[in-house]
This record gives sequence, structure tokens and C-alpha cells, in this order.
Amino acid sequence: MGDKGTFWMPQSASTVSGEVDALFYLTFWISTVIFLMVVGAMAYFVIRYRRRSESEVPVDEHDSRLFEYSTIGLSIVLVLIVFTWGFKVYLKLNVAPPGAYEVQVTASQWKWDYTYPDGTVYAGDLHVPANRPVRLVMNSMDVLHSFFVPQFRIKQDVVPNRYTSVWFEASVTDTFDVFCTEYCGNQHSGMLGKVIAHPQEEFDLWLSEAGGGDLSPEEYGERLFGQNNCNTCHSIDGTRIVGPSMQGLFGSQRQFASGESAVADENYLLNSIVAPAAQVVEGYPPAMPPSYGSLPQDQLNALVAYIKSVQ
Amino acid sequence: MSVATATTEIPGKQVTYLNHEKSIKSWLLTLDHKRIGLLYMSTIVVVFLAAGILALLVRIELMSPGRTIVDAQTYNQFFSLHGILMVFLFIVPSVPAILGNFIMPIQLGAIDVAFPRLNLASYYIYMVGGVLVVAAMLLGQIDTGWTFYTPYSSRLGAPIIFMTLAIFIAGFSSILTGINFIVTIHKMRAPGLTWNRLPLFVWSIYATSIVQVLATPVIGITMLLLLLEKTLGIGIFDPALGGDPILFQHFFWFYSHPAVYIMILPAFGIISDLMGTFSRHEVMGYKFVALSSVAIAFLGFLVWGHHMFVSGQSAVSSIVFSLITYLIGIPTGVKVINWVGTMYKGSVSLKTPMLYALSFLFLFSIGGFTGVMLGVLGVDIHLHDTYFVVAHFHYVMMGGTVVALIGGLHYWWPKITGKMYNETAGRIACALIFIGFNVTFFTQFVLGTKGMPRRYYDYQPQYADLHALSTYGSWILAAGLFLVLFTFIHSLMRGAAAPSNPWGGASLEWTHTSSPPSPHNFDEQPIVTHGPYDYHHYYHGDGQSAEAELAPPSKA
Amino acid sequence: MSTASAHHPKLQHHFVSMDQQFDASKLGMWLFLITEILLFSGMFVAYTVYRVWHPEVFEALSGALDWRLGGVNTLVLLASSFTVAASIHHIQNDNRKGLVRNVILTIIFAGVFMFIKYLEYSGKFSHGVFPGEAYAPFGDHYGHYADVPYAPQFFSIYFVMTGIHGVHVLVGMGIFAWLAFRGARGDFSSEYYTPVELSGLYWHLVDIIWIFLFPLLYLI
Repeated sequence: MGDKGTFWMPQSASTVSGEVDALFYLTFWISTVIFLMVVGAMAYFVIRYRRRSESEVPVDEHDSRLFEYSTIGLSIVLVLIVFTWGFKVYLKLNVAPPGAYEVQVTASQWKWDYTYPDGTVYAGDLHVPANRPVRLVMNSMDVLHSFFVPQFRIKQDVVPNRYTSVWFEASVTDTFDVFCTEYCGNQHSGMLGKVIAHPQEEFDLWLSEAGGGDLSPEEYGERLFGQNNCNTCHSIDGTRIVGPSMQGLFGSQRQFASGESAVADENYLLNSIVAPAAQVVEGYPPAMPPSYGSLPQDQLNALVAYIKSVQ
Repeated sequence: MSVATATTEIPGKQVTYLNHEKSIKSWLLTLDHKRIGLLYMSTIVVVFLAAGILALLVRIELMSPGRTIVDAQTYNQFFSLHGILMVFLFIVPSVPAILGNFIMPIQLGAIDVAFPRLNLASYYIYMVGGVLVVAAMLLGQIDTGWTFYTPYSSRLGAPIIFMTLAIFIAGFSSILTGINFIVTIHKMRAPGLTWNRLPLFVWSIYATSIVQVLATPVIGITMLLLLLEKTLGIGIFDPALGGDPILFQHFFWFYSHPAVYIMILPAFGIISDLMGTFSRHEVMGYKFVALSSVAIAFLGFLVWGHHMFVSGQSAVSSIVFSLITYLIGIPTGVKVINWVGTMYKGSVSLKTPMLYALSFLFLFSIGGFTGVMLGVLGVDIHLHDTYFVVAHFHYVMMGGTVVALIGGLHYWWPKITGKMYNETAGRIACALIFIGFNVTFFTQFVLGTKGMPRRYYDYQPQYADLHALSTYGSWILAAGLFLVLFTFIHSLMRGAAAPSNPWGGASLEWTHTSSPPSPHNFDEQPIVTHGPYDYHHYYHGDGQSAEAELAPPSKA
Repeated sequence: MSTASAHHPKLQHHFVSMDQQFDASKLGMWLFLITEILLFSGMFVAYTVYRVWHPEVFEALSGALDWRLGGVNTLVLLASSFTVAASIHHIQNDNRKGLVRNVILTIIFAGVFMFIKYLEYSGKFSHGVFPGEAYAPFGDHYGHYADVPYAPQFFSIYFVMTGIHGVHVLVGMGIFAWLAFRGARGDFSSEYYTPVELSGLYWHLVDIIWIFLFPLLYLI
């Protein structure tokens, strides 16, 4: 993704991001000017009043109360201006416009799932219509997560047993990063996704095909493998990441940490996704979270079909 | 009152706190505040080295995207331990336990702190906490960051039990030190040393101690509840058992925000003393500077919620917390302006400690301004939990407290050890630290505004250049810090003997004690007749010439 | 450490006078008590938060605690506070026997308090009322609380608060045993009774915390 932003800020791609940036640059420039004044005075005093002889003892100046109080007064005024502006932008970020398109977000270690109003469940990437307010109602299956899209300047923690929400309106059609910004364990930095803002018609078309459509089970499984971030821990080319590679897995003999062993058949593959702690392969950490057990059955079937096909 | 001390300054003959008793037992079981300060110093330096090496490893891992040297689990443990060690075992105790212990009682004209045995007990309680942290480290699995957010932390393996216990116990050390110092400052001042004549370092230690006493019990009970959550599942914080994870954050930040003032307030005190002595000028706005410490200490209790603007707390609380956060910026700004103003019409000497003080003003101002930016509600939403926050608190904690601590160590080094250090090496080290620090952390401001989240093992390619630059900076910074260490070691072995007042300071530790001080600090009870920055009195006060004191130390 | 011979033997070298030493110790103790209050206030906050969220649960469950046992314990602690005050009064008048007698009475009252606490705890444990996840009540008195939502939180808070309070009582018993020993040895007099005074302050705080715990947990 090319950077279309300013020196400080990334691309501005939502209806509120411009206002956030203006506020940022206001505080930035106020701070910079005062900072340069402080450093300038410092440099000037260091040179102007440098010690010229070791026995020099300058005359003490009496403090100027007026100066102290005017400093305090001026900073209070500045602070109130910035606060009021920040408050207004915050309200705008906080209150979704009525009639926003609502998507249910479920976070779990370490993936994002999106449930659309028509019941379609889609993992990994969030597809939304551009130029239309979208409200995300979010919930976590396990620990704290946080939903962050830098280009939209929005962020909200996702908490278990409680709904939090955030809204945005994408003002350009493009692809943007989604980061998890609350530490959630081993693969925290792999809990990524994209927001893809489509024109409305394109979005409608996408939604109608999102459920897997006429893909073969292997193709659908391959897509899910990426969307669910399986690939951050399991390679398909034999390299070791965190967990075992999927290459040549089906039909091979597996040796478990418990001392037992088994042949990897379909049931083994399914069990390893649904209950990963039950049979941990020898030499690997029991690091896989159980959250994948909540995938819909058709998606589990597709994943098993895909893993079988990785040879 | 007399200026020069009666003790002769022939090295080797003079009876000092360092040589009056020599056995190991006389060190390990000492009740002398100066020796306890040195015990703390040796331990805290080790902690700083360990946590600093972890930081370097973290930076090397982040030099390029993907795996560089370690896997994700190890990296996550590295940054967590770096944070836990730096916060709970290094920076919270650092200035109060080292310089507060050593210098503050002398500045009061006291023989010792009010409760010497309690003081030694604090040190050993701190050590028990430290040993438990090491135990938890070696058992592994601690990857919560230093914030221990539930439910992630309460579902981790057994080592988290040791870690919470360690912090609970280390907290007691902090509380007892705070109580000891408050009582000392109230009850042990020399005759004539009124509140208006206290050195600003003492004022800042006083404000710090208040925060330690009021805030630390809350982290104690928080850690205890977290421990019970982990062991018994009491269901206060874990949502799976009906608890509330946001409640944990409120508990945690109720301590941990005031705790940042435990970390920074003593640094303010050091800077005030340095600016006064090296400008040879009364610290501008003494009362404003002194009382702003106390104001910050109290306001610091009312802003914890600004760590939680995106946590799901109510919008109203966020707005209130944001407003109070700004208010804290005002006393802080007052301090910075008064420090700069102290140089006005002064006699500014750019010795190493002063270079650190000026570096502090530069770095801390950036840290302060970015703090205000983070307090702006609309902006914080974007910047929260990104590298902007990481850079901000490193500017305040490292650019602020650590730079002030190193400056203070250079300033009081001749008093503590009786040896001078190599001025050139000191200045080069300061320059390296200043440059290295800015390269390391200024880049992180840009990373943060561009959206780079903190605590990431791996990152998107668009952040790679800035991360690499930050890592190179960390090497310059490390070189500077090691040079400081070598300068001090060299001084201990080869340094010239220090006169009792090498810088021309006007507070009691310079005017009334030898370098190093005698076991009971003073040969006779000092009587104070003037303020701590009254250089006129010191140089011309009662007709005594200070020329002898002012001569630069001869290279022995 | 040398002590000037003209001074009271209990005067430490870094203090100028006994008064300064006594004032310093007393100020230190008050500060320590503030930290104790803050430690407990963390738990009171947890109590308040859960009570505000689920008032009906807390009202119902306070009935599961026996207010008669709690009430007796309140009286016992009040009596012990009285004996502590009496012991300070006696030593101020150089009555060492009175001091030791009242300190021992205090230990006995504290022991009675802990015994009644033991009865309460064991009565709950025997019916499966444990803090946290182990909570699985059965039997006549507790069985019907089994499925009350947030009942585990109530009992967790009950056990944690009274438990930590109980630890403070045990620590107090240890301190008073030490005071009785030193008092019998003749360490204290009207000129030097700082440890008695400070232990008394501590004990009053332990008492006051119970005065808050009792109605909050047992009555309302």
C-alpha cells in the first residue's frame, strides 16, 4: 500500500480523519512553537550568560510574580482551546450517525470474524461499502483485543462479555490495514486484516458471493486458511513457523508429546482444529488457541479438505 | 557559620563513611543511610544493565520485519521483562533509593533518616521482590507486558503468581521508604532549615514520598486480587467468571499513573539543584517550583483514566480525565520555564551535570508536549497503543528521569566517592546519549503517527526503514551509557581526590561535609541561616573567601 | 553505634531528644495506617462496584452470613480496643502489671475473634461455600444460593476482605505477645512506651475496619 499521507499522518481515508489530522497539526504546531521558544531561550542564556571567571557570582534577580502568573494564565487559555476542540472531534468519533450499516465483529486469538446483516460470516478481511457510515459492534471470545484502522483514525478495544462499538465512513475506495492494538498473546502481531472499501454495487455483489459461493471445498478452504491467519503459524511449504507445516501432513504418522502416535486422517485434522490441546505433536509448543472450534461446520469441512490437498 | 569543614582532606587519612568499618557485614547490615544508598545503587545498576540488554535485544529483533534473532514467544517475554524490570525494579526506586537515601538526609542537616532499621529492611524487601522477579523470569511464560491486563494475565501459567507476588512485595519496599522519608523531612531538619529553605531536591523527594505512600497500597491490593483471580478464580476481573476486565484497568492505572510521578518528580528535584548550582543563581520561582511538585503529586491521582480512552469506559469519564490531564501540564510547564529562567543573568557553567540538565530540558519538553497531545481526546484515539505512546513515555522516563539520574550521579559523584571523574569522557558520553536517544525514539513518534502498534513482533514493510534507524540509534545510546559506566569505574580507580565542594554548591552537603562525608555526616550540628541557592551567602556571606573551594581539582 | 551516656538508653543516636523520637515514630505509624486504609479501600471499591451492579444479589446473600456471630465478634473487638487503651493508660502511670494484664486480655479477645471466624469459615467450607471457582454450595442453609448469579463474587469478596482482616488480627496477636514479653521484662515506663502506643494505634485501625466490614457484609 503506497503512503499517500503527510510526513506525520498516513493516508486520510474516512470522513473524520481530516478533522483528527487538523487537530493533531494544531497541537503539533503550538507545541513546536513553544518548544522552539524554550530551546531558543535556553541556547541564548547558555551563550549570553556563560561563566567568564570561576569566582563570578551574579546578582540574584527578584522573581517576577507577574511573569509566573501570566505563564499560568496563558497556558490555561491554550489548554482550554485545545480541549474544547478535542472534545468536539471525540464526540464525532464516538457517536455513529443514525442508519449506519451494522457489522458484527468477533475477535479471538488471533483473527477477526465479521458477521453481516444477512448472516454471512466472513473471516479475516472486512468488506464495506464506501461513502456510507458503517458501525461495528464488537465482542471478544477470549482476551482483550483492539480494532485499529490507521487510515480511518479509529480505534476501540474489544472486550469479552461486553459490546463495544466504533464507526467510520470510508471516503475512498481502497484497501486499508487493520491492526490489533491490545496485546493478546503469542501471535498478537499476526492478528492483521484488511478493510476493503467497495463502491456500493460492487459491495452488494461481493456480499452475495461471500459465503463460499461456487468455490470448490479446497479453494474455499485455501481462502479460509489465509483469512483465519492459519498461515501465521503453519506453513504450506515445509518450513517450521510456530506449529507444524501442512505440507504432506495428511496420511503421515504423527508422534505426540504424550508418547502416543496416530495416522493423520480426516478426523485427526478436524480434532486438531477444534481441540488443539488434545494431541500436541512432539517438539512443538501447545500454543494454538481453541478459538477455531467455533468456526461453522462448512468452513471446518473446507479447511480439512484444503489441508488434505497440501502435498 | 563556617563554610569549610574541619576535616582535613588528605586522602587515606580522613575517616569517612566508606572506610570507618571495612567488613562485609558492616556493609550488608549497615544502618547508615549513605551505605544503604550505595547498596541500592549497586543493585539498581545491575537491574538497569539487565533490562537495558533486553531493550537492545528487542531493538535488534525489530531491525527488520519477520524473525531476526528470536521467535515471537521469546520476543514477547523480552519486552515484558524489559518493562517490568525497568518500571518496578529500576525507575520507581532509582532516584529516591539512591540519591534520596544518600543526599536528602545530608541536605536536611540530619545524621540519618528517621528509621534507619526500616531503611535497611526496605532494601532487603526490595531484594526479595527482585529475586521473585528473577524466579518468574527463569520459569518463563510472562508475556503480558508490564501492565498485566486481565483476562490474558490471569489465564497464564504459574509464573505469573511469582510475578504478582514480586510486585506486591517490592511495593512494600516503596511504601516503607516513602514513610521513612516523609517523617525524616518533617522531623529531622536542622535548626533554621524552614520549609522555604529546603533544597528543591528535598521538596521533590517529599512530593514523591506522598505519592508512594498513597498509591502503592492500591497496586498491592490489585496484585493480590490478580493473584487470587489466578489461583482461586475469584471472578473479580475475569469476564469468563463474571468479572470485569475494565475494573482491573481502573485499579491498575490508579496506581500506575501516580507511579509515573514517583518516577519523574525526583528527577525534577535533581534538575532544580543542577540548574541552581551550575547557573550560580537562585532557582527562579522557588515557591512555584516547590509547590508545583506537590500540585502534580495530587493532580496525578485524578487522571488515571486517560490510559483508557479506547478501553470501553464511558465517554463522560474520558472527557473529565482528559480535562484534568491538561491541568497537569500547567504546573509542569511552570517548572520548565522556571528552570530555563534560572540561567537568566546567571553564570552558566557547562560541566557534565549541566549538560545532562540541559539535555533533560530538551528531551523532557518533547515528552511533555507529546503527553499533552496524547491527552487530546480526538487525537489519542488514533495514537493510543502505538509507537507514539512508546516514544512519549521513553522521552519522559528515559529522556527525563534516567538523564536526570545520570546527571545527578555526576553531580554528587565527588561527594559520594570522594573522587573526580574525567570531564571530557563525561561530556562525550552525554553527547552520545543525547544523539542516540533522539535517533532511537524520535523515529518512533513518526512510526506511531503512521499507525505502527506497540508490542508487535512482526510488522508491515512500510515501517521497516524507521525501525532500522531506531535500532541503529539504540546502539549509539548504549555506547553512551557504557561510556558513563567506564567513566565512573575509571574514576573509582584513577580519579583525582575531590574537594568538599567542587561545583560551588550552596546546600549543606557541599558546605558542611567533606567528600566523602564522615560516618555521621557532620562534625557539628549545622545551623541554617539562608536558602539553598543563596550563592552570595556562600561566596561572600561572612567574609570567608571561597577561592580555595573553587580551584579546579588538581590531577593527582 | 554510640549513644551519649547522658541520654535515655532508648534514645537512638540520630535523634536529638526523646520527644523528637516519639513524634517521628508516631508520624510514621500514622502514615503506615494511611497505607493500610488504602489497601482496604481497594477492596471496598471492589465491593461497592459489584454491589452497585448487582444490589439484589448482595442484599439476598448478606442473609447467608450469620449476623449473630458477626455481632459477637464486633463486641469482642470493641472490648479489645478498650483493653488496649487501658494498657496505654496503665503504662503512662508506670503500672507495668496493669499493662501486661491488659495486653494479655487483648490477646485473648483477639483469639476469641479468630475462633469465631474459624467457626464461620468452617461452617461455609463444609457446605461447599468456597471463594472463586470452587464455589459449589449444598445443604439446607446454603444450597439455594447455588445458582444465584454473582454469588461467587459475593463470597469471594467476603472471604478476601475478612481473610485479609483476619491476617491483620493474627499479626496484631503476635505484636501483643511481644509487647507482653517486653512489658513483663520491664522495658517500658511512663518515659518510654512508644511500641505500646503504636501497637494501640494499629489495633484501633484493625477494629475500625471491622466496624465497616460487619454492616456492609452481614447486615445490608
